[in-house]
Amino acid sequence: MATLQLKHITKSFGETDVIKGVDLEVKDREFVVFVGPSGCGKSTLMRMIAGLESATSGDILIDGQRMNEVGPADRGLAMVFQSYALYPHMTVEDNMGFSMRLAGVPKEKRREKVLEAARILELEPLLDRKPKALSGGQRQRVAIGRAIVRKPSIFLFDEPLSNLDAALRVQMRIELARLHEELDATMIYVTHDQIEAMTMADKIVVLQGGEIEQVGSPMELYHHPRNRFVAGFIGSPKMNFLPVEVVEADAKGVSVTLPGGGVSKVAVDSQGQRAGDALELGIRPEHLVLDDDQGPLTGEIQVLERLGGQTSLYVQMDDLMVTIMADGDVTHRVHDKVRFGFAPGRAHLFDAEGLALPSLEQHPLAGLRRQDSRASDAVGQ
Amino acid sequence: MTTARTKSLSGAAVPAVQRSPLTDALLNRRLWLTVLGWTVAVLIFFPIFWMVLTGFKTETEAIAEPSLIFSPTLESYAEVQQRAGYAKFALNSVVVAFGSTLLALLIAIPAAYSMAFLPTKRTKGTLLWMLSTKMLPPVGVLVPIYLLFRDTGLLDTRTGLIIVYTLMNLPIVVWMLYTFFKDMPKDILEAGRMDGASTLQEVLYLLLPLTLPGIASTGLLSVILSWNEAFWSLNLTSSNAAPLTAYIASFSSPEGLFWAKLSAASTMAIAPILVFGWLTQKQMVRGLTFGAVK
Repeated sequence: MATLQLKHITKSFGETDVIKGVDLEVKDREFVVFVGPSGCGKSTLMRMIAGLESATSGDILIDGQRMNEVGPADRGLAMVFQSYALYPHMTVEDNMGFSMRLAGVPKEKRREKVLEAARILELEPLLDRKPKALSGGQRQRVAIGRAIVRKPSIFLFDEPLSNLDAALRVQMRIELARLHEELDATMIYVTHDQIEAMTMADKIVVLQGGEIEQVGSPMELYHHPRNRFVAGFIGSPKMNFLPVEVVEADAKGVSVTLPGGGVSKVAVDSQGQRAGDALELGIRPEHLVLDDDQGPLTGEIQVLERLGGQTSLYVQMDDLMVTIMADGDVTHRVHDKVRFGFAPGRAHLFDAEGLALPSLEQHPLAGLRRQDSRASDAVGQ
Repeated sequence: MTTARTKSLSGAAVPAVQRSPLTDALLNRRLWLTVLGWTVAVLIFFPIFWMVLTGFKTETEAIAEPSLIFSPTLESYAEVQQRAGYAKFALNSVVVAFGSTLLALLIAIPAAYSMAFLPTKRTKGTLLWMLSTKMLPPVGVLVPIYLLFRDTGLLDTRTGLIIVYTLMNLPIVVWMLYTFFKDMPKDILEAGRMDGASTLQEVLYLLLPLTLPGIASTGLLSVILSWNEAFWSLNLTSSNAAPLTAYIASFSSPEGLFWAKLSAASTMAIAPILVFGWLTQKQMVRGLTFGAVK
């Protein structure tokens, strides 16, 4: 049971500022995912929480206690490394029991605890093997087992799935979510993969250039990105961005001219917008709808990717390339001219600084936390 | 290449295995490299071979017209053994070579650890500076060291030799260990730290077992260098602490015939380290290629 607070954390390596003032609060038993492009500082931030790296300034509080000067082992944390970092010269059992061996726990007791963790992870038949005799997925499990054995109050995962193949990654993702429920611990997870972030997180922290861009539930980030970066980073395929011009701004939203001449109204806060202002319209590929009669946007299909259930259309609009996620059964062919549009509630508008104009209506799912969908938790709360 | 391809494309009868000019050139190259390799090997080995042969000759044969045909005799070995006790010198060599290696490793492991895992701006410079001390001719510091040893009573003692050899090999030992440690994945040590290992436990339980091949080959090199060292042993020892290199030198004399005896003594001096090197060569090669085949 643990909470974590970061208070204006900064980190500089010589002249370079890697983390530029991060404030964050992680609640007890929350699954928090740090996500961002490589070099955004997410791993450094985690290493500072772990105690493997010192913060240049700011406070790290675990359960309200300042931990900056406390060694990694005494913070009550366990970390799973991207490379697994198993001890290659020890068996699985010794790997998992190493922390207890260092702490002077008697052999019998050690074995008991290792077996307990091995049972959770189905590692029992592998206890006598060395890491090199294990598959990637098994190594990953041992690394997690080594963390579980320590009964930490906070688990730290540093891109733990990035060395696994796609199928195994999906499986481990589910397993980690299950583990989170079973262990009832706070978990912090670093990844560059937004799908991992979306599927596992209670709370996502989007980082870029050493700063937090937005903190929120997956649905909140998806439906209400605070800025253009978050909008483009969350969601796959990426959000489309079209240059638009304000025609009219009133209490019901902002009307903009679309490329190709059409006008569309977006339900966002129109405060400060005047006719003639240049904005950017953001619309997700899955929210663009083919509409051969009335679609305000037109273009020519350049590439067509059929995935079976869905079809991705890459459509050229003058000098813009737009992605449309359409139904799997669309009959269009490459070089067809198509018309398409979108529901006004689905679009986002970004100002010149890349900040999103706030939506007038909150998406009904934006406040949903992953735990809310779990029956056991609902009863407990 | 082009002609070969046109031929096969045109459908003409092409031999099943066609040797392209490229393969020929490669074979040629390999042949010459093999010849060159053997030549160098023979050139290096020949003096040792000749020394061993000479050890089995009589003194007159030894200075006669060089010949491979002679009746081998153990005469020189007997005389060498009679004149000076081999065992005493050999024991000195063993104690000094292994003692200095052990001491060098004890000092170098923490030094290399800090350089590899906690580098500063000056780490590279320090390493270079350490190596640069090996570029000075040892004779340059002979007089000060001799005087220091005389005043501290270290002349002709094993302790004295161990100290000198340790200092002599330390730069190379630190440098080698540094490269081995640098190859060690940092994650593993960090995982250990997360598991609660102190720095000492980190070194003992994780670093040393995982870099053992590297440490072993470094140690072997240090043993060999100390074993074969002659300059300091000749100048700082006389009888009590004299190792095998001094033993060899004692058979060279300004007058009379001594080549056969000298050769016999040399053969006896290098035999143990040769056997030692032979037995550990697998470990050596593994150590020297440690980084490449993790």
